[in-house]
Amino acid sequence: MKGLSRRSWLQAAGVGTFGAGLFARRAARAQGPSSEATFPHASHAMGAVGRVSTEAFDPMVYLRAWNFSDLAPERRSKFYRETRRPDGSLFREYEIFGVDREVEIAPGVFFPAWTYNGQVPGPTIRATEGDRIRITFSNGGSHPHTMHFHGWHPPEMDGSLSEHQVMPGKQFVYEFDAEPFGLHLYHCHAVPLKRHIHKGLYGAFIVDPKGGRPAADEMVMVMNAFDTNFDADNEVYAVNTVAHHFMHEPVRVKVGELVRIYLINVTEFDLVNSLHLHGMFFDVFRTGTALTTSEVTDTLMLCQGERAIVETRFRYPGDFMFHAHQSEFAELGWMGLFRAEGSRRET
Amino acid sequence: MKPETLATDRSDARLQPRITASVWLIAVLPLILLAGLVLLLLRWGPAQALRGDGYPPVERLVFQRVTLDSDGILATVMNDGPDPITIAQIIVDDAYWQFTVEGASELRHLGRTRLRIPYPWVQGETHFVKVVSSTGTTFEHEIGVAVTTPRPDARYLGIFALIGLYVGVIPVALGLLWFPLVGRLGKAGMDFLLALTIGLLLFLLADAAHEGLEAADAIPGSLQGPALFFFGAVGAFLALEALGVALRSKRSSSGVGVGLGAGWVTALLVAIGIGLHNFGEGLAIGAAFALGEAALGTLLIIGFTLHNTTEGLAIVAPIAHERVPAKDLLLLGVIGGAPTIAGAWIGGLAYSPVWSVLFLSIGAGAIAQVVNLIARQMAGQDSISRYFARGPVLAGLAAGFAIMYSTGMLVG
Repeated sequence: MKGLSRRSWLQAAGVGTFGAGLFARRAARAQGPSSEATFPHASHAMGAVGRVSTEAFDPMVYLRAWNFSDLAPERRSKFYRETRRPDGSLFREYEIFGVDREVEIAPGVFFPAWTYNGQVPGPTIRATEGDRIRITFSNGGSHPHTMHFHGWHPPEMDGSLSEHQVMPGKQFVYEFDAEPFGLHLYHCHAVPLKRHIHKGLYGAFIVDPKGGRPAADEMVMVMNAFDTNFDADNEVYAVNTVAHHFMHEPVRVKVGELVRIYLINVTEFDLVNSLHLHGMFFDVFRTGTALTTSEVTDTLMLCQGERAIVETRFRYPGDFMFHAHQSEFAELGWMGLFRAEGSRRET
Repeated sequence: MKPETLATDRSDARLQPRITASVWLIAVLPLILLAGLVLLLLRWGPAQALRGDGYPPVERLVFQRVTLDSDGILATVMNDGPDPITIAQIIVDDAYWQFTVEGASELRHLGRTRLRIPYPWVQGETHFVKVVSSTGTTFEHEIGVAVTTPRPDARYLGIFALIGLYVGVIPVALGLLWFPLVGRLGKAGMDFLLALTIGLLLFLLADAAHEGLEAADAIPGSLQGPALFFFGAVGAFLALEALGVALRSKRSSSGVGVGLGAGWVTALLVAIGIGLHNFGEGLAIGAAFALGEAALGTLLIIGFTLHNTTEGLAIVAPIAHERVPAKDLLLLGVIGGAPTIAGAWIGGLAYSPVWSVLFLSIGAGAIAQVVNLIARQMAGQDSISRYFARGPVLAGLAAGFAIMYSTGMLVG
């Protein structure tokens, strides 16, 4: 079976080779004594059928956008302003609103989501350690919501207790200093918690160290999942919401360049999620709260709400699969490709 | 209307034309108004207003037939709910899988389509096929044991004919061989034997009713299984009753001849009833075999053989004291047993649960009629309840039921 599904993946990715086909055919023959169950090598392929419209939300744009950098300057200023403070740090102001919205999570499958600014995950908020953050949250949704940030802040900014709930039509201003540096997240903390989170109310909160990190091709990957039939079991898994999106649209990277992935797990109902990268290894900075690490691996497990910064350099040009190493999650949508360009480099 | 009639009966003549005109109007007016109302409902849809804003559609999708071949899985699905359903994705064994839809992927109420899923299923293992609608609602079908679905070729027709032969024809024929013996029985012996037959048939009736209603429960709600079952059973009962009347009047008009003795009609009706029942049984066996659910083991064949041998006995009991030529006896056997083969063919090659419900109900109705017929004949002038209180009759009933129950255990 392994050969079969491997081949299916290759075909889905459009990189099937003659050699792979031969291998798979041999595997298919070897799998059982019955001639009836032997499959011709024709096209059975894993993966969702069709493409999701990227008009409302493009996982690829989300990947490399923070502080509304994906918007034109004029529109951006409606949601984000930054002001230099005397000590050199920034005062960052955000406009975030809660809104109910149907999002397409797999081709033709629409999920009745609760969102921050109409997108799942919500907009990535990024600051440097010591910056001041002010978020004006307006709840335009049908239920009470909050914004609960991971990071240092006073209790009244926590957005977790019942008195912190922002009723529909109401507003609340969250204000706190960005610290400590690292990779954090924010999510709704209204109850029932499971529903408020898995309906789509979460996003990335990145705090850079004062001196910054080494220059890199940076991207945000939020491992999420959707329970479309509300049976406390997910039907769709993904990074950045859309099932199998990066299988069709590989993430383009340059051979030899430092690639930094801000990886966050907000999957509900499953205890853990994971990232496995094919053909290479990566450095892991858990929660991103230290600048050095000795953890080098090719498979990283994160529990709900856990996150890590992952750094690597591609050595070979070509397509490299990445996916959850829970095969079930992978085949239900959490799978993608990196496409490394350039000539082979020692890294 | 003849002019003579008008002349001879004036009151009728006066009434007749008036009634024709107004009756037609009265008959048609509500229908016209009803059509108008339906148009109105369709046009302005007050149902939408009743439903309110943001109510999700009611989605119900049923799998009607799932077949497996070397290209993967072929599933026929039907929209059993009131609102349209759009098939968005297919998950097989917790993996999104490529598929193609015949025609549109949006199904209206009772709309059907076939899904071709090129999934590498594994012989003898279990698979789960899940349809994900555009709203994320899922509909799952379990393929209990994956085997290649039989195609209607000579080999499978042969296999199913053999199954039908084992399960239906041979046992009934073996039972018929008791014919010379039952002719030598005295009054008490005959009472016992006929009561035994009733016991056997009552067991079959209970069995058919249970299986039929179970199947009725499993088919899509819009096809109203229980109503279908009721209609099939009552229809078969009345049809056999009418057939009995017709045969008897034919017998009396043509005089008593060979093969048309007093018990012959009863025996023929019993054979038809059992034949109809066996058709339903063949349907179930063929379907189970095709679905890979029945490992048709030796024990199962032995069980059905023992179980159905008694059916032959039931057929010959009413003609115990008549002279019946061998070819007529053979005809009875064929009527009672051969439908099993036809049932197995249809069940194995073109199975649909709706057929199961219909034929099991027809079998049940037919058997009920036959039981009724034999009981009335046995009692004669006596009241049925008094007749059934007799020792040999009671013993026969109990024995018949006990035989079926114990041989039924083998079939499981």
